[in-house]
Amino acid sequence: MNCDPENSAAVPAETLTPGTLRVALAQIAPRLGDRHQNLELHEQQIAAAREQAADLVVFPELSLTGYFLRDMVPEVALDRASPEINRLIAAAGPISLVAGFVEEGAGHQFYNSAFYVEAGSILHVHRKVYLPTYGLFEEQRYFSPGKRFQAFQTARFGRVGIVICEDFWHVSSATIMQAEEIDVLLCIINSPARGVSGPRIATAETYELLARTFSQLLGALVIVVNRVGFEDGLCFFGNSMAVGPDGRIIAQAPQFDEALTLVDCDLAELRRERLITPLGRDEQLLMTIEELRRIKRRRYES
Amino acid sequence: MNPDLGAAGLVINPELVAEILTRFVRNEIHRTGFRRAVFGLSGGIDSSVVAYLVVRAMGPENVLAVTMPYKTSSEETRRDSAAVVADLGMQTLDVPITPQVDAYVAAMPGITQMRLANKCARERMTVLYDQSAAFEGLVVGTSNKTELLLGYGTQFGDLASAINPIGDLYKTQLRQLADYLGVPAAILNKAPSGDLWVGQTDEGELGFSYDQVDRLLVLLVDRRWQPAQAVRAGFDAEFVDRVVRMVRRNQYKRRLPVIAKLTNRTMDRDFRYPRDWGT
Repeated sequence: MNCDPENSAAVPAETLTPGTLRVALAQIAPRLGDRHQNLELHEQQIAAAREQAADLVVFPELSLTGYFLRDMVPEVALDRASPEINRLIAAAGPISLVAGFVEEGAGHQFYNSAFYVEAGSILHVHRKVYLPTYGLFEEQRYFSPGKRFQAFQTARFGRVGIVICEDFWHVSSATIMQAEEIDVLLCIINSPARGVSGPRIATAETYELLARTFSQLLGALVIVVNRVGFEDGLCFFGNSMAVGPDGRIIAQAPQFDEALTLVDCDLAELRRERLITPLGRDEQLLMTIEELRRIKRRRYES
Repeated sequence: MNPDLGAAGLVINPELVAEILTRFVRNEIHRTGFRRAVFGLSGGIDSSVVAYLVVRAMGPENVLAVTMPYKTSSEETRRDSAAVVADLGMQTLDVPITPQVDAYVAAMPGITQMRLANKCARERMTVLYDQSAAFEGLVVGTSNKTELLLGYGTQFGDLASAINPIGDLYKTQLRQLADYLGVPAAILNKAPSGDLWVGQTDEGELGFSYDQVDRLLVLLVDRRWQPAQAVRAGFDAEFVDRVVRMVRRNQYKRRLPVIAKLTNRTMDRDFRYPRDWGT
């Protein structure tokens, strides 16, 4: 595992101000369907992140199981109180943690979920809302959709929102997260490479475009964590990144290789950016709600 | 390189593609518990590209290139294979298939040229799979996207493999990759041939060039054009019709045999696990 030399230990841990968030982007290659081995991989990464004084370690979508599970979905599912997740909570200790898992909910429904741990307990679980079922994707065959994009208040990093992969391709997630007044958007993904005609992988370029656009429109810090490795010929390309509220890329993990990339994010940038471009302040949320009500009547009630 | 391949949507970034495919080969071989690779080397562009990719991925000492000439195989085939081997330094094994094929042919009077060509392809497959066991290497496939779509290959013959790094690249794209990887110019420039019989060329047998058909396939398959759209854009209607029928007629070669369904869980229908299950 490498750590980004530009960002690791850029500021010694003891001199960090409370407004600086040191994030560890855990760009791993989970083993398909092998929860046990993936759990150990998570523990190693969490330990390395703690050694480097990270405040938050973020793993990719379905980091505990791998992606192309198909009929393995019920076989690798966990509930939120499972011993495996408790092991990770214990491993995180004082730092915060985001990881992806197959969640078995009430009524034996399965969700593509992510949990956020703070101070030794789960603060929030996001269930992926938009389940792609086209092209190479078949998530609706296996998963139930989540029903909300809900932000949550953290002790140190302000209001945080989580989206999972395809959620990030829908402006509804961005609109709701803006209305939720988030400071940090965590986007965990499993994006396979497609499009090899240009200088970069086309899907990697699209993710960068989305991250830069959403960070600027929301005036928020956007953290995207992708995985690497192969499953059934799919090449997950990595390129995890942190994007500042001005749309500037602060750090980027390597393409194709596993890496634990540390990045120091200055939360004071949020204030500066919102002074310069106060888009959130000027947003007419009530008008949006009324317009959506009108559209609801036209499209669903007439 | 044809300058307007870019407009046709057939240009690739060969450096990026080589990187992905090299990692793919290494990952797929390692995850199945193997450390080595076996493939059939014909001296054509497809198997030469595979040679360069597999050597990059595994190192020459872990790669076995098997040449399997039949008595009608050309001198050019032997010479071009030797050039690739000399350049890459991998292990090689020459297994002429004439004795076993001719023993069969002697018992089958009136065997057609096509049956003989398929027999040779399947004979080579049995050699490769036996060498896979002997060398403890995974069989790497050498069929490209154009061939897979047109069904221009022998089922359970040259289409058989454990992993295929080049199956999502059209022939015109493989040429770009071959050029980048340093495949010898003699191989890049010669007319593609399965060397199925003396003087056989793919394009002579198919009746159209790879350049022509790739331009059509990329529209029909990748961009999901309707055949009529392609005709309106200037492609010959008969050509379009023929290609569409070839793609449809050969679907069976790209799938497992059809299994009669009797239960709730039938292979490849609702018993759905990834190929990489458990690896």
